[in-house]
Amino acid sequence: MRRLVYVARAVAWRSIHNTIVSPSIIVPSIIFPLFFFAAFAGGLSKIAQVPNFDYKPGYTAFQFVFVFLQSAAFGGVFTGFAVARDFDSGFARRLLLSAPHRGGIIVGYVIGALLRWCITGGVVTVVALVAGMDVPGSAVDLLALVALGVLMNLVAALWACGLAMFLRTEQAGAVIQMPVFVVLFLAPVYVPLRLLSGWVHSVARLNPATFALEAARGLLAGTPVDLALAFSLLAGSVLFWSIFARAGLRSAERAAG
Amino acid sequence: MAAEHSSIAEQVGAVARRSVVRTLRQRGLIVFPLVFPLILFGINGTALSAATRIPGFPPVSYRAFALAVPFMQGSLFVAVTAGTDLARDIESGFFNRLSLTPLRGSALLAGQLGGALVIACVQAIAYLLVGIATGVGIASGVGGALVMLVLSVLISFGFAGLGTLLALRFGNGEAVQAVFPLFFVTLFLSSSSLPRNLIKIAWFHDVATYNPVSYLIEGIRSLVITGWDGQALALGFGFALALAVISLGASSVEMRRRLGRT
Repeated sequence: MRRLVYVARAVAWRSIHNTIVSPSIIVPSIIFPLFFFAAFAGGLSKIAQVPNFDYKPGYTAFQFVFVFLQSAAFGGVFTGFAVARDFDSGFARRLLLSAPHRGGIIVGYVIGALLRWCITGGVVTVVALVAGMDVPGSAVDLLALVALGVLMNLVAALWACGLAMFLRTEQAGAVIQMPVFVVLFLAPVYVPLRLLSGWVHSVARLNPATFALEAARGLLAGTPVDLALAFSLLAGSVLFWSIFARAGLRSAERAAG
Repeated sequence: MAAEHSSIAEQVGAVARRSVVRTLRQRGLIVFPLVFPLILFGINGTALSAATRIPGFPPVSYRAFALAVPFMQGSLFVAVTAGTDLARDIESGFFNRLSLTPLRGSALLAGQLGGALVIACVQAIAYLLVGIATGVGIASGVGGALVMLVLSVLISFGFAGLGTLLALRFGNGEAVQAVFPLFFVTLFLSSSSLPRNLIKIAWFHDVATYNPVSYLIEGIRSLVITGWDGQALALGFGFALALAVISLGASSVEMRRRLGRT
């Protein structure tokens, strides 16, 4: 256990250090969610006038929740890019040879993803509050909202790390990113689920991201909905993608010889 | 004089052939920029259909309204492809070796954009066909569809010039990739999702009004949902042409500087 903690701490420190000292890494991961927020909350605010749109805290809060969870997911995805880059540069191979507990590598990268999201999620929240977002939810509701974000970040980080370890090349970036992007956008991003129509409504009804998003919006509004279902789905996903990430690590170990 | 012109044409042809072949060999460069805007179009075209119920929204499906967006997204990807390819040549030393030959800077610049133009053409045709296949009617008819393709390729050409400028300025692909989000910002802060008169937030409305990308999108969009709108087309072609002239002019200056330094 001590060896796992030792490796995890070292990998997490390196991950967050690289993020903070490299403008080319930290700037896009902050700017992207902010521009999604500006584009959706600013450019589409008139959608709140669509008949039967009844999210009480308003469209800014409605979009904030999506961007908050999206930034959590992309905190994980960007960490997957870092894993792939480490394999391309040869660093990951040396890490595999030197780490006394290889499971700590995944734990370290995942903690790095969480710390990275603390920065981007914090910035997005401050910007939303400065923009005048209404927050009717209680402190407990908001803590639960953050917990949903943490779980979302873990799911994405485990998926991204696992896949990066299977593919072991920076060129895997699009393959890591695209499914997360599609799953998130096939949730009710712009309007509540009941206002969606066509095939997107059919898909969104079954999309696990929908349950997380609707629960998170309920928490911000102070009217929690389907919390148990959302937390169970995300916790189950963490378990599933942990197994996937461990399999990715085994694949990388075999390749390293 | 004629011999000199022929020589430049041959030079452009040789560099362009290499650029096109290199682009076609990297399928990822074609598939991802082609598929990503189509996925977003497929999702947003349906997910945002509630927007058509906003009072004042044009009397068309949201899919028809949104068809112009993949054309713009595709153009932004072309900029990155063009810039990254040239940056790779600079990083690998190939550009330096070329500069030792009698090849002219202008021929090198024009030829390098060849691959980008191939992608631009393939993308524009694919977006148009997908739009039609999903039930979007082109209000301006077959002639309008052809004008859409021309405008789209011109826009891609302008953005490819920007990508080339960045590559020549910074000399590495990572810098070009890092600027990519800024290109995308111009798309976010435009009239890509709603008509400008329906953008409620004042600062966003002002930014979208001053953002040339709004007019590029509206030029293409007018052909899909309105028909022949002279003002929208003049603004669309005007801004596209200005972008191409400015970006290629600045690239030429940067090319001369880099060749001189080499």
